[in-house]
Amino acid sequence: MDQGMKMLLTGFDLLLALTLLWLAWQLLRSTDIFKAIIFFICFGLLMSLAWVRMHAPDVALAEAAIGTGLTGPLFLAALRRIERKAGKNMMSEPAGNGEETGSRWKARNREMSPLLWTVTALTCCLAGLLIWTVLIIPRPLPGLADQVAGSLAESGVNNPVTAVLLNFRGYDTLLEVMVLLLGAITVWSITHAPFPPRVPDTSPVQKAAVRLLLPLICLIGGYLVWQGAYQTGGAFQGGAVLSAALVLLLISDFLWLPGMRSLPLRLGLTLGPLVFVLLAGFGILVEKTLLRLPVEYAGPLLLFLEAACGLSIGLTLAAFFAGGRPASDLRETPYSGEAKGKGPAES
Amino acid sequence: MTTILYSVTGLLLFVFGLFALIVCPHPLRKILGGNVMSAGIFLFLVAASYRADTGEIDAVPQAMVLTGIVVSVCITAVALVLSTRLQQAADQGARRRRKRRREEDAGE
Amino acid sequence: MTIPEIIGLACIAAGIPFFLSGTIGMLRFPDIFTRLHALTKADNVGLGFLIIGLCLQTDDWFIVIKLVLIWVLVLTASSASCHLVARRALQKGIRPWTRE
Repeated sequence: MDQGMKMLLTGFDLLLALTLLWLAWQLLRSTDIFKAIIFFICFGLLMSLAWVRMHAPDVALAEAAIGTGLTGPLFLAALRRIERKAGKNMMSEPAGNGEETGSRWKARNREMSPLLWTVTALTCCLAGLLIWTVLIIPRPLPGLADQVAGSLAESGVNNPVTAVLLNFRGYDTLLEVMVLLLGAITVWSITHAPFPPRVPDTSPVQKAAVRLLLPLICLIGGYLVWQGAYQTGGAFQGGAVLSAALVLLLISDFLWLPGMRSLPLRLGLTLGPLVFVLLAGFGILVEKTLLRLPVEYAGPLLLFLEAACGLSIGLTLAAFFAGGRPASDLRETPYSGEAKGKGPAES
Repeated sequence: MTTILYSVTGLLLFVFGLFALIVCPHPLRKILGGNVMSAGIFLFLVAASYRADTGEIDAVPQAMVLTGIVVSVCITAVALVLSTRLQQAADQGARRRRKRRREEDAGE
Repeated sequence: MTIPEIIGLACIAAGIPFFLSGTIGMLRFPDIFTRLHALTKADNVGLGFLIIGLCLQTDDWFIVIKLVLIWVLVLTASSASCHLVARRALQKGIRPWTRE
């Protein structure tokens, strides 16, 4: 029975790996960009399965929520904006007609020029080198699991991944939260939010479904953030679920980002990084070491930190989807003359 | 066996993504290739720490991959907004060139 | 293997043909409306059988509640998105396939 189970699992792993490779190949060689994005979404979902097989449920949750659930709509929104500016409609040609959309990058039947042959040969050499490196690694590899298990009691949480993420390697997470903020600032400084002034016909079914799902999504997001202390979950997964709620609001015409006031949004975006920096300063003052938390208060402090970061992450990811700053910022920039020229009506 | 299978898959995904990043002209497809590259690296990282016999998890690579997923979505978002802006600027330039050409033809 | 576990496995095995037929339908049916029709069978009934089978294999009530919640949420999301896809297809002017 055990041997049969092992063979079944190996067969499943083989099938999963081949499907992942085939999906990646298809998404890079299909001529229609829309198809490529859909393949990418399926690829992300199958990656979540691979994470579950690797005994990494936190990573599986994060990949399904952030890596697929948010990146897919980001790509689709960007495709729509590029298409609209190029004057073409995404579904105007019937599927499989093969013309790459976007006005400047027409698909050609690409002949294999010598340069392309060189690139292909070099990439194959790189692949061979990397695979040979994998095969000669001595196994089993030493890991840090023992050290983490030894110090888990002093970290304030029971989940080892959360302990590593927020306590033992808190410095990495601090920088990561700063990277999120930096991404939001960059996106805001490039353009204003390009959503159309009025989405003309949102279906009543869509509005009803969003009204039904929204409280539940917020509840599940909060539950995931709280659950991160002792089970699979955490600030990133909960924040991603929260961002899904905001994205649903944006596309169902309940919330129109250009009409939003930007001050509450800015406060929400900076709350997580601010709390993290305050905690780092608190660590310096009390324990004389950056980001070292006192053991008695580690649990509640980490929960507070996770809540603040979850909120910020949700707002930041939704701001990525909106793709620009709110319209109430237009007054304050020195470029407001140029920005008014391409107001919401034209985008 | 599982470890080697998933590590090799991850590295092949990395190579696919690298090839797409270099070769494809459409910016959206380049960004898709970049995402596939990072997915491959994460798979390799977690597969390298997978213990098939005991099944215990090594938390440090998993936390690194979690951080990596969030950072890669940041990069994707900024790259997408940049490519949208690039398309907009290119269209404006093309429109201005067409207008100038039309004015020249009308003036002749 | 107790009786609930055997019934659970049977339910999971009963859900597999629905997923299979949904996939074959999506690949082989002629137009978008018939494909949506095939896909929602996999979501509703196939997932329902799977959830029943999984509920019978656990003895924690909280997990049963979570599984049923998952099924209800998937039902809501899939029916809403099926409606939206069909609505958009009609707006694009795609007419249902008729046997010519």
